[in-house]
Amino acid sequence: MSNINRRDFLKLSAGVAGTAIASGEAFAQGKPATAPGYAYKPEKGAKLRVLKWKRFVQGDEDAFNAHIKRFTEKTGIDVRIDYEGFEDVRPKAAVAANVGSGPDVIYGFFDDPHLYPDKLVDVTDIANYLGGKYGGWYDVCKTYGMSGNKWISIPLGAAGATFVHRISHMQAAGFKEFPKDMGGFLELCKGLKAKNTPAGFALGNATGDGNSWCHWLVWAFGGKMVDEKNNVVINSPETIKALEYGKELYATFVPGTLSWLDPNNNKAFLDGQVSCTNNGISIYYSAQNATDPKVKALVPDIGHAPYPVGPVGRSTELHLFTEAMIFKHTKFPQAAKAFVTFMMEKEQYEPWLKASIGYVSHPLKAYESNPIWTVDPKNTPYRDCVKNMTPNSYGGKLGYASAGTMADFVMVNMVAEAASGSKTPKEAAERAQARAQRYYKI
Amino acid sequence: MSVSRFFNNRNTLGLMFMVPAGALLLVFLTYPLGLGTWLGFTDAKIGRSGQWVGLENFIFLFGDSVARLSLFNTLFYTLVASVIKFLLGLWLALLLNKHLPFQAFVRAVVLLPFIVPTALSALAFWWLYDAQFSVLSWALIKMGLIDEYVIFLGDPWLARFSTIAANIWRGVPFVAITLLAGLQTISPSLYEAASLDGATEWQRFWHVTLPMLTPIIAVVMTFSVLFTFTDFQLIYVLTRGGPLNATHLMATLSFQRAILGGALGEGAALATSMVPFLLAAIMFSYFGLQRRAWQQGGSDK
Repeated sequence: MSNINRRDFLKLSAGVAGTAIASGEAFAQGKPATAPGYAYKPEKGAKLRVLKWKRFVQGDEDAFNAHIKRFTEKTGIDVRIDYEGFEDVRPKAAVAANVGSGPDVIYGFFDDPHLYPDKLVDVTDIANYLGGKYGGWYDVCKTYGMSGNKWISIPLGAAGATFVHRISHMQAAGFKEFPKDMGGFLELCKGLKAKNTPAGFALGNATGDGNSWCHWLVWAFGGKMVDEKNNVVINSPETIKALEYGKELYATFVPGTLSWLDPNNNKAFLDGQVSCTNNGISIYYSAQNATDPKVKALVPDIGHAPYPVGPVGRSTELHLFTEAMIFKHTKFPQAAKAFVTFMMEKEQYEPWLKASIGYVSHPLKAYESNPIWTVDPKNTPYRDCVKNMTPNSYGGKLGYASAGTMADFVMVNMVAEAASGSKTPKEAAERAQARAQRYYKI
Repeated sequence: MSVSRFFNNRNTLGLMFMVPAGALLLVFLTYPLGLGTWLGFTDAKIGRSGQWVGLENFIFLFGDSVARLSLFNTLFYTLVASVIKFLLGLWLALLLNKHLPFQAFVRAVVLLPFIVPTALSALAFWWLYDAQFSVLSWALIKMGLIDEYVIFLGDPWLARFSTIAANIWRGVPFVAITLLAGLQTISPSLYEAASLDGATEWQRFWHVTLPMLTPIIAVVMTFSVLFTFTDFQLIYVLTRGGPLNATHLMATLSFQRAILGGALGEGAALATSMVPFLLAAIMFSYFGLQRRAWQQGGSDK
């Protein structure tokens, strides 16, 4: 940015910053000429192809599409967007990276940018611009967004999860408030089971829900896959403690969680068969928008609580983290940067979150004040998901090994083996250790 | 002059007519297969081309408990499903070969499971097997046969048999209809001759139908085994390889490792490992079931 003279700056800022002027918020405090704006120079006749994961809630896609339309109106840049199921994005992105053609911008997940950092456009300038303007990035965003000293992706946020529960069932089980520690949580699940309104957490090969709560469980007790040097240390007394706890917890679950994939807990909860599970705000959203009066009646009874904190004394949450990557094969890197920045600006980001009722938790601290988090107190627990998040590579580095270990469900399988009793906690931890070592050896 | 002579040469012309088909096979079959095999011998990762590492991937997979489990699952799945598909298919074909009311309609209906896209029928099975919403469990409970829902996909062995059942449901029509076509090519005069010789129903089946049918059986079972061995969609929709990797087939594990996990080389090696098994299946049916002497009433030497 420093290479651009003032005249260029004014001209170039017109597009992105112009939207800000148009909606009159960012520049409302005056000093438009010196206000930090991101300068960009879209290539002539630029056209973009964008690939994003398919909505979890309808509002997400509607708002996103509307903003794309506005972007095209403001800048003249044509944008074609494709949506793919969230598990299909990784292979598509990988192929694009591999063959050097495909969408210009892809919204991927977790380790994606660290699988092909050389194929991604350096986005340090827009990351610094956005961070400067919106109160800085949460720590976990730097882990995912940066490779060495430069940014290789722009975090969009995380599809956060909380413990979704039935308030009346929780009270019937003897709890006024949702427990904040592991002991209390186990007691709650036992109570729910006794009242025949059990909890249920996915233990099948469920990419989202399974990974999310299993990592939380192991981390909460101080277990971790690797140390800071990427040595595998999962077979530890802390892990065993977590697995023993998991075993007690599993005994309180509704039958069949070993077979659960991502959609199962949503269905079971909305049908009233499960009274506590980990999920995004989509269950609440579905209930609110349900046409079936029986489902709609659940709305006032649905509660959300952050994941309890374990003996390690800090949040150990894992959420479905998503980030925008601009590929080097794009012919229009400047236009792509403009697009990614545009979507992160307050004028777009806040309405987008509103439309998806907070399905994605923000990566930039300033968005904590987004009214969506307070308009309904039940949204509030989702506000801090990114803030409380631990990266999936914890305690080592992101890359092929961490991506492979998670994709192979090493953590989920370990918890499931120990919980179901098919292996003792010790055997399960040993097996996970052996499996993870194979990834981290390379 | 010389050009027209060139084009009038039978051999040249023949070769030229073969070029399009040959090119298609080369580009869309040989090249991907060759590339896949090559990748299996490299340490390629997604987004990074690999170095030749020889047999390292294969040795690595051999030492991997999940990969070994997937090999067992695949063999078990293929063996059990293929045998049952063959027996049911043959039985169905024999039934359909009799004169039935609404013959054409019945034969068309039998094909339905085969026509429905796998992903769709797999989704239907996913609901049938659901731990909370299974209509099978519901029906059994209403009939008073069981007290609580069956966890079809939550127990390793039950999950294996449940996925096999879904595969059989889908695969039987293919076997049955193909065998039916084979049955209809058998000349009725053979049966007449057999009847005149006083052959029982069973003898007619054993000495006429079965030998005449073996070439078709060889072909249909080869295809059936190949389809079953390489099954992917059904498992991916129903279980993703769970519970506890009990239903992971080599194809699904290969995808999980190569694409979702980023280890292209390892996934390719796993996929390549399927080839010898597939070749063995083809060889078996080709050499084992095409015994002409037996077909013509003699015995093999």
